Amino acid sequence: MPTFFEKKQLVTPGEMLAEGDYLPGENTYAEAGKIYASRIGLVDSDNKKVNVVALKAFYVPKMGDIIIGTVAEVGFNGWTINIKGPYTALLRASDVLSRPFKPQNDELSAVLNAGDLIVAKIASYDRAHDPQLTVGEPGLGKITRGQIMYVTPTKIPRIIGRKGSMISMIKQVTDCQIILGLNGVILVTGKSEEDEELAITAIRKIEAESHTSGLTDRITQLLKEKKPEAKVEENKVE
Amino acid sequence: MNEKTEKLIDKKGIRLDGRKADELRPVKLQVGVLSNADGSAYVEHGKNKILAAAFGPREMHPKHLAQPDRMVLRCRYHMAPFSVPERKSPAPSRREVELSKVIKESLEPALFLELYPRTGVDVFIEVLQADGGTRCASITAAALALADAGVPMKDLVVACAAGKVEDKVVLDLFDAEDKLGAADVPVAYMPNLNAVTLLQMDGILTPDEFEKAIDMAMDGCKKIYELQKEALKTKYMVIKEVEE
Repeated sequence: MPTFFEKKQLVTPGEMLAEGDYLPGENTYAEAGKIYASRIGLVDSDNKKVNVVALKAFYVPKMGDIIIGTVAEVGFNGWTINIKGPYTALLRASDVLSRPFKPQNDELSAVLNAGDLIVAKIASYDRAHDPQLTVGEPGLGKITRGQIMYVTPTKIPRIIGRKGSMISMIKQVTDCQIILGLNGVILVTGKSEEDEELAITAIRKIEAESHTSGLTDRITQLLKEKKPEAKVEENKVE
Repeated sequence: MNEKTEKLIDKKGIRLDGRKADELRPVKLQVGVLSNADGSAYVEHGKNKILAAAFGPREMHPKHLAQPDRMVLRCRYHMAPFSVPERKSPAPSRREVELSKVIKESLEPALFLELYPRTGVDVFIEVLQADGGTRCASITAAALALADAGVPMKDLVVACAAGKVEDKVVLDLFDAEDKLGAADVPVAYMPNLNAVTLLQMDGILTPDEFEKAIDMAMDGCKKIYELQKEALKTKYMVIKEVEE
């Protein structure tokens, strides 16, 4: 039962990763008892499962995901939302108004207009239907202030860090509120523009260097340099 | 160019451009050259210069072309007016429409089409300079562009041609050999799965010659495949080195 890779090795689509008693994980597939990579990325395995952490991918909706989208179109009884994925999502008027929607009483573009940004949750999604969104939970809804940035969706887990260590450190030092949309859209809201810029710089650095080691230390250092007065408590979240 | 007096292969077995029978033209591959595309690649295969750009998967437009059970791959092979010695009309010719279809069908087996129903992936291939064997170089470039876009693939697709010139089977024909030679056999291949996705033949070959041509083309494919993998990795290696 051999494997044909070293930990964190860079692989390309079609490269054979393992043979025999292994399971295909993310970005891999099995054929005739062998496991191959299906995207360019770094291989890793836990127990019998072989995973490839993709260096580039697009967002595939999953039920329960928090995402940030743009209103693309105001429809008759809802909105179509661009979620930067292969599908556009739908947001129903009754979900936003939290009461039955009557077209004669409510003007939808007064609530959300084309170009508005929203934080939403994927309420349902399957192969046959476009994803449905919901904003009926605390923290979700229209975005009124802050800055938006885009990253490759596969980099979001790296920005969160182990048990949220990376993101909570950035939040703490920059005193910003950061919402990570799993579709690769990030909202940074801080007390001042400088704080927001610093958080964005840090996230950009994580994105560019996500496939290298010792990243946490470099980010800590960057934040300390730019904002020496803030106290950096390491590994606060345990 | 139509002087039959000049021999395509001399007595020592050296071809017009100085290559041996089983030698490839120099190949240069680069990935991620266009920032507006989701994925892109640039290929120099001898004197061929080809750009490929991939977009998607994204919503299919026009909508009636979307398939409820699978993703749709669309390819557009196009030659720039300045790509050949005599100006080519920029309108898609019969040949270009056919090559677009052929390239599409040679890439499809490498994709997981059933994974993202109702969506479409577009690949645009622009031939900037042509010198024989553009369909093969286009496939090589298009596969790289798709991989760069993050579209899941079973394997990279590589293509290379072999043919018959002056009664000899040779690898990777260039323009003059293609026009004056006896036969041309383009082969597209997925090396890891050992699967052929495109096989065409133009001209006359004996069964033995045909088999020899396929073997030769597949060996050529394997050589280009190594370059393809390297090109894909180089894009990320550069980032790694910059930090260190």
